Amino acid sequence: MAEAGGHSPLEQFHIKRLVPIDLGGVDMSFTNSAAVMVAAVVIITMFLTMSMRRGTLVPGRWQSMAELSYEFIANMIRDNVGSEGRRFFPFIFTLFMFILFGNLLGLVPYSFTFTSHLAVTAALAVVVIIGVTLVGIVMHGLHFFSFFVPKGVPAVMLPLMVPIEIISYLSRPVSLSIRLFANMMAGHTMMKVFAGFVVTLGAATFGVGGIAPLAMNVALTAFELLVAFLQAYVFTVLTCLYLNDSIHLH
Amino acid sequence: MEEGGSPPSLKDLENRLRRARARKPHEGPKAESSAVGQAFRIAAELVSGLLVGLAVGWLLDRWLGTGPWLLITFFFLGAAAGILNVYRATKGYGLAVGYKKREQPTDEDEGELK
Repeated sequence: MAEAGGHSPLEQFHIKRLVPIDLGGVDMSFTNSAAVMVAAVVIITMFLTMSMRRGTLVPGRWQSMAELSYEFIANMIRDNVGSEGRRFFPFIFTLFMFILFGNLLGLVPYSFTFTSHLAVTAALAVVVIIGVTLVGIVMHGLHFFSFFVPKGVPAVMLPLMVPIEIISYLSRPVSLSIRLFANMMAGHTMMKVFAGFVVTLGAATFGVGGIAPLAMNVALTAFELLVAFLQAYVFTVLTCLYLNDSIHLH
Repeated sequence: MEEGGSPPSLKDLENRLRRARARKPHEGPKAESSAVGQAFRIAAELVSGLLVGLAVGWLLDRWLGTGPWLLITFFFLGAAAGILNVYRATKGYGLAVGYKKREQPTDEDEGELK
């Protein structure tokens, strides 16, 4: 019974080097995290190309799934950014599918959730925020920096308000990445904790005590499926809103 | 009526589909997750403002060698930014962090017009 403690609920987040690669002192190893990322990209590509291979007017199941995901993102961009946002569709669609499939693949038993690592989500958020800032600077030139001067504030308050605005802007990638990573990590930890209860309680009570945590885990799995979609959605919607901010300055 | 049976049914189907689509986003997973999701979101906004303020203050202090003073200053600025983030997140509809409250014509329009 005591040996159940050997498996920590956090063990699932361990990065394992599958193919150690060392590039001039920098560890570039191909890890289990990278393997799932490659799997996600391959599965997304296969899903989209194979379901659209025979494009028919009345779509089948797979084709309508691919079309739904396309329409979902297209509508999201139209509603949140407007028609100027159409140019950024490829990036936002890629972002959404990558995060969504990362979350979903993490739910497969024995798989790895790369979105539960702050390094991954922070990299995505930093790419988003730098891209959005560059778009703003390219479209508005130096006028973009008027973004940090809130409207209707007396000049005396500006030395206080401008730093606050800049910090608020810089906190966007932080909150973006923390939200995704914390949601995925918390959900997966909770699932493993309850799975541990199934073993320990079940062993102590001849299997009877394991029923409740097992039922809880079933419910949690469904909940995690919801969270997987929701967090991918939230990340993408916020990207759209940030893009909207830098395309249409206030 | 017999031959004309299929085109109206297609149109009818489309109407029903559109009605279902217009209904779904309002009472889908959004409503269910709103309490937990909102709480998580607000917490992340508050904490991230504070974190960035602390990081900026700490880095500036290390760079300029000005004791703990900038760290303290930027702690308060970061707290203010965090509260500002929360205010903007809650003031706007749903998930907007942007400055202006975006009018949301699309959902209502589709429900009325089509």
